[in-house]
Amino acid sequence: MDLLNALPGAVAQGFIWGIMAIGVYITYKILDLADLTVDGSMVTGMAVCAMLMVNGWNVWPAMLIALLAGMLCGLLTGIFHTFMGIPAILSGILTQLILWSVNLKIMGKANQALPARSYDVLIRQLDKYHALVILALFCVVIIALLYWFFGTKFGAAVRATGCNEKMARAQGINTSFNKVFGLALSNGIVALAGALLAQYSGKADINDGRGAIVIGLAAVIIGDALISRLPQNFVVRLTGVILGGVIYYIVYQTVIFIGLDTDLLKMLSALVVAIFLAIPHFKKTYFSKRTRKEDADHA
Amino acid sequence: MLELKNVTKIFNPNTVNEKLALDRLSLTLEDGDFVTVIGGNGAGKSTMLNAIAGTYPIDGGKIFINGREISKLPEHKRAKFIGRVFQDPMTGTAADMWIEENMSLAMNRGKRRGLGWAITDADRQLYKELLQRLDLGLEDRLSTKVGLLSGGQRQAITLLMASMNNPELLLLDEHTAALDPKTAAKVLSITREIIEESKLTTLMITHNMQDAINNGNRLIMMNAGTIILDVRGEEKKKLTVEKLLETFHKISGSSFANDRALLS
Repeated sequence: MDLLNALPGAVAQGFIWGIMAIGVYITYKILDLADLTVDGSMVTGMAVCAMLMVNGWNVWPAMLIALLAGMLCGLLTGIFHTFMGIPAILSGILTQLILWSVNLKIMGKANQALPARSYDVLIRQLDKYHALVILALFCVVIIALLYWFFGTKFGAAVRATGCNEKMARAQGINTSFNKVFGLALSNGIVALAGALLAQYSGKADINDGRGAIVIGLAAVIIGDALISRLPQNFVVRLTGVILGGVIYYIVYQTVIFIGLDTDLLKMLSALVVAIFLAIPHFKKTYFSKRTRKEDADHA
Repeated sequence: MLELKNVTKIFNPNTVNEKLALDRLSLTLEDGDFVTVIGGNGAGKSTMLNAIAGTYPIDGGKIFINGREISKLPEHKRAKFIGRVFQDPMTGTAADMWIEENMSLAMNRGKRRGLGWAITDADRQLYKELLQRLDLGLEDRLSTKVGLLSGGQRQAITLLMASMNNPELLLLDEHTAALDPKTAAKVLSITREIIEESKLTTLMITHNMQDAINNGNRLIMMNAGTIILDVRGEEKKKLTVEKLLETFHKISGSSFANDRALLS
């Protein structure tokens, strides 16, 4: 019974992390970059939104500023990576560490309460069904906007940058600019998810972003598995990512309900992601013999 | 018109691996010239093409296309004037994107890429007509991922893409070398058609000396980063593989058996 009661909450959290995972999808899948900035930019989104609302701002401009702050985080990682030539994964780690300090300075302390009874927030834990509707709308709007964007000439050039950089440059595409743009877009979405999470959970905490990248990757991977048998298009894939986040949180709640030591949750998440990331490698290593034979038959 | 003036490229300068890849190389191509390029491994053929395309900066000299100096422009800006096909069929196209998406990327080469839809129905019609000419049955597969196509099909599409919007220069870097002989012949004949139809100024590197003789109006042979032979017009028509090998031997001084391995 408790588990069923916890379900709407799990789904709401899943939606929020699903939105965050769409940001991860943009870097990890579309740009083919592993961007660790998100652990920091998630909290930046939470902190900016919380501090602005505590200081009397309306929720909408607060969320917009949070999104822009997230884009700045991505911009910084992009500059490290392209202009300064630092490998993407290191660039993200550097920004993440910078953001640890920045986020502390934004809040002035390690956490900031944003109680729903005192502030006019968009979503709150106390009204889960209302939150679910709002979050579902956010997902729809974000997916629609991204579907439009990646169908434009500029968007197609961003996709080409991640797919084949050499080809992209030969077709006159400024790949460095597109990478910086993609990182900014991704982290903007992550920070927006952070702003939503701060409202939903009624607080922003410096530790809330820890392992965000792993949750995001988990959602992307689960999403991939979910839609593997469906006709592939961009809307289906992004919807898969959102559902991936939802499933992650349902499993998470179930595991807590069963009574597993919550200290172990991060370790388990990481191990599950590691196994899924290893699958392509395992396939190549252990099924390669058969593939080669098939190739020979075709030749 | 393409002009290379004293172009020098040194790899790994000031190390034990220092290599002078292009040695004050000068070359002028008239509009409509179709030049085949041959030479042994390490002669500087690909380095020359990459220097023109801007894959890496050059260490000396200047490069002009129709009077504009391009040697200081970044690679993606030079793409406005240059169409390229690479040796590896995987390089010229984006595998995870559809045929029509790849063609639209090429269609917008050198143009501002804004927030308008990448592909309109009119574009699709144009792509279909272009693909029809390849006679590979690709015109009905606009929304097929390029990664699912064969190497020959991918090179043919890359050729179409490279020749879209009539570039001022077409660079072909051994673009048939990775294909089986039959497919290579087909791609080469498509190449000839496209170049002749649009009168594209072309530099084509090839390992096949017979192809180098049979195609184009001019042939250059490279060795040690410079041009050691430049034959055009009637004189080129009289060339044979044996004569080329002989010339190579005479000028470069390296042994004949090796030359054959390197050149053919």
